[in-house]
Amino acid sequence: MDIPYTVEVRRDTGLTNGKIGIWLFLASEVMLFGALFASYILIRTGAPSWPRGATILDVPLATFNTIVLISSSVTMVMAWASLMRRRFGTFRIYMGATILLGFVFLVVKYFEYGHHFAIGEYPSHNNFLAVYYTLTGLHMLHVFGGMVVNAYFWGPGSKLWKTNPEWFTNRVEHSGLFWHFVDLVWIFLFPTLYLL
Amino acid sequence: MTSDHAVDIDRHVRVYIIVFVALMALTIITVAISYLHLPLTIAVTVALLVATVKGSLVACYFMHLVSEKKLIYAVLALTAVFFVALLALPVVTVHDGYWIHE
Repeated sequence: MDIPYTVEVRRDTGLTNGKIGIWLFLASEVMLFGALFASYILIRTGAPSWPRGATILDVPLATFNTIVLISSSVTMVMAWASLMRRRFGTFRIYMGATILLGFVFLVVKYFEYGHHFAIGEYPSHNNFLAVYYTLTGLHMLHVFGGMVVNAYFWGPGSKLWKTNPEWFTNRVEHSGLFWHFVDLVWIFLFPTLYLL
Repeated sequence: MTSDHAVDIDRHVRVYIIVFVALMALTIITVAISYLHLPLTIAVTVALLVATVKGSLVACYFMHLVSEKKLIYAVLALTAVFFVALLALPVVTVHDGYWIHE
C-alpha cells in the first residue's frame, strides 16, 4: 500500500503528512533543548560565581563555526530551491556543500573538545564545563543526525527523484527544516555559552 | 514549471541571500558587542535580543514560517506556551528560595 499524503495535502490539515510530522517532531525538540536551557539558567543563577565563557572557550573558533553553520543553512535552502527549479545537478552541489559544512563544524568541535581534554577540562571539572559539554554534545549529535539524513538524500535516496520528484522535493524540504532548527539552536548556544 | 513559478522561486532565492548577509552581519555585531565588556544584565539582554532576531530570520525565511498553514502556527503557539513555562521554572524556584529564607 502506498504511503498517503506524501505529495497531495490532506483536506483537514491543509498539509502533507510529512510536513506536519516534522513540525511536531521539532516541537518536541524545542522542549528538549528548552529543558536543558532552563537547567542552565537554574545552575547559573544558583551559583555563587560563574565564569565568562570567553575566559575558558575559544570565541574566534566558535565564531568561525557559527559562520559555517549559517552558511550550511543557506546551501540547504538553495538545495531545496534547486529541486523546485527542476535542477537536480545543482541540488547535488548545494546538498554536498551542506554535508561538507556540517563536517567542518564537527571537525572544529573535535579540535575544541580535544584541546579541553588535553588540559584536563572534562565535564566533571566544573558546572560550566558540564553544561557546555551537555548542550554542545547534544547539539553535535543533531548535526551528525542531520548529516546522515542529508547524505542519504544526496546519495541512495535521490533515486526517488526519477520516479516521484514532488515527493523527493518534499522530503528534502523536511530534512531542511530539521537542519535549520539545528542552526537556530546554535544561534542561541553561541552567545549564551561563549560570550556571556 | 510555469514562468510564474520560476519567478516566485527566483524571488525566494534573492530573499535567502539577503537573510544570509543579515545573519553574517548580526553574528559580527554579537561578537563585537561581547568585546565591550558590558555589565552582565545589559550584555545578556543585548545578546539574547540579537540571537532572537537571527533566530526569527532563520525561522521566518529559511523555514518558510512567513507563509505557513494555520495548523503549523497552532502547533508552534502551543509549544511556545510550554517553552515559556519551562524557562519560567527557574524564576519560580528563585522566589521559592527567598520565601524559605524569610
